[in-house]
Amino acid sequence: MIEQPIMVKICDIREESPDVKTFFFSKGNLRFEPGQFVMVWLPLLDEKPFAVSYLQNDVAGISVLRRGIFTQSLHDMKISGTFGIRGPYGRGFDLQPGACAVGGGIGMASLATLADRLPDITILQGARTASGIIYQNRFRGMKVCTDDGSLGLRGTVIDLLPEQLKSRTFQKVYACGPEKMLYRVVELCNRYGVGCEASLERYMKCGFGLCGQCDCSGQRVCLDGPVFTSAELSVMEDFGKMEITKAGERVIHK
Amino acid sequence: MSKINLSVNLCNIPLNNPGILASGILGTTRALLKRMVENGAGAVTIKSISKEPREGHKNPTVITFEGGMLNAVGYSNPGVEAAAKEFSQLNEIGAPVIASVIGTQKEDFVRVVEGLSAQKFSAIEIPLSCPHTPGFGLLAGQGTPQATFDITAAVRKATSLPIFIKLSPSIPELCSVAKAAEDAGADAITAVNSMGPGMLINIDAQRPILSFKVGGVTGDALRPIAIRCVYDLYQSVKIPIIGVGGISTGRHAIEIMMAGASAFGVGSAIYYRGIDVFKKISDEMAFWMQERGITNINEIVGVAHD
Ligand SMILES: Cc1cc2nc3c(=O)[nH]c(=O)nc-3n(C[C@H](O)[C@H](O)[C@H](O)COP(=O)(O)O)c2cc1C
Repeated sequence: MIEQPIMVKICDIREESPDVKTFFFSKGNLRFEPGQFVMVWLPLLDEKPFAVSYLQNDVAGISVLRRGIFTQSLHDMKISGTFGIRGPYGRGFDLQPGACAVGGGIGMASLATLADRLPDITILQGARTASGIIYQNRFRGMKVCTDDGSLGLRGTVIDLLPEQLKSRTFQKVYACGPEKMLYRVVELCNRYGVGCEASLERYMKCGFGLCGQCDCSGQRVCLDGPVFTSAELSVMEDFGKMEITKAGERVIHK
Repeated sequence: MSKINLSVNLCNIPLNNPGILASGILGTTRALLKRMVENGAGAVTIKSISKEPREGHKNPTVITFEGGMLNAVGYSNPGVEAAAKEFSQLNEIGAPVIASVIGTQKEDFVRVVEGLSAQKFSAIEIPLSCPHTPGFGLLAGQGTPQATFDITAAVRKATSLPIFIKLSPSIPELCSVAKAAEDAGADAITAVNSMGPGMLINIDAQRPILSFKVGGVTGDALRPIAIRCVYDLYQSVKIPIIGVGGISTGRHAIEIMMAGASAFGVGSAIYYRGIDVFKKISDEMAFWMQERGITNINEIVGVAHD
């Protein structure tokens, strides 16, 4: 694990969609487990957590959705630009064959290295519209849906999932995306008696379980998570409901 | 096997063991306080609360190094109104809960203490010692004997709960500040807050790592300083001392109590030893005492003095 940020050089950039770019960098001898994240540092600006979305031989990648000043600054970077990383942090997924992965929007980035490692996995990805879908060439058999029907089926992964759960018995369902979606995925899995692991997102500071910023019902999303099992989530009252702002105020989850 | 007694009485607050969760570490929510008590903390302190909400400094805010940690969180907190909601029904936490109160003016401290008065806190801790937040602590001149006296006296009028004044290890007039707090009616001294400020630079980025550039040093590097501060304070004030700084094992806890602490705080060690660090420390203390035939922890307080 790297405790203080090391500066890595961008060796390749891939446009995954109009708003998502993947930045590849040499990973040296760092080991990442699917579902873990790194803290990405832009000196003088800020530092934020990102899932590791590619792991290939010597190279790792993070897929970044443009949504604020920080991610815009990353998007402006060119090959051989540098950023800092520390980590990897957190508890990842427990890998099992015969599984299904459900990704909502950029949430797919957290599931991608898991899907690489599980060749028989069934993948569902949903987004608002066609331009929000990523990794279409990477995962050929992926089932896609969009809210507006501009790509794949019209609807959400929540509409798609029951059919999948009815048609065969999955060993496990892995999910990452907006928390309201995760909440419903967990509900569906419980109804069909399938174990589920969901990766949560919270505003983070230290990344290693000390500051208490990313609390979700007494669990530290950065260290105890970000991946939690459906059994764990069933006793986390904040799941799907409350999150904590930068200032530490408990607010209703968007 | 004789029965080992780790319970202490701190300003009439009974603790089943002398280990206290330090302010700013996991004390952001009620659920985390509860979890720390389930994991063996004798008491817990909430993250410091100001009158208004504060977002704190940008990341990176906490970084580790070989000898400990450097942090400049910048007192992010939801403000007194939201804090009063978050920290309700404290009797269900399972151990005494200490409120940590900050302000830029002495009136602010009073406002926050009053705003939290409906909740069942066991004590009020006032840090006048943060080295990295403009408007607060050392950067606002709160670490002088006069400012400490004024703020303590104002809070004394506003509450009947025990008041702990938390001091910086990085001021030469440590003992006179502590005396000023005692004279103004403080019930205990918490020693110490993070030291410094210090700085770590990333040589490849050629920039300080923390966004605020400087931050407070905690963990192992702080321990010898904390031990010395507690030792000196034990000879200058009569009120009890809560020793904080780099405590991560039972032996460290015993060391700071021998220097004169009646109880001890733990922060950074949660990173090094895990969320159950309090259980581990209590077990290690009990083991050490058992081997030496000491049954009551209170017997060791201050024994390092001539
Ligand atoms: C991340 C972090 C945040 C802190 N926040 C506060 C705070 O809000 N209020 C406070 O009085 N002390 C704060 N402190 C200082 C601790 O309470 C404690 O005095 C210091 O860390 C020394 O103890 P340790 O070596 O066991 O960590 C903070 C320390 C750290 C590492």
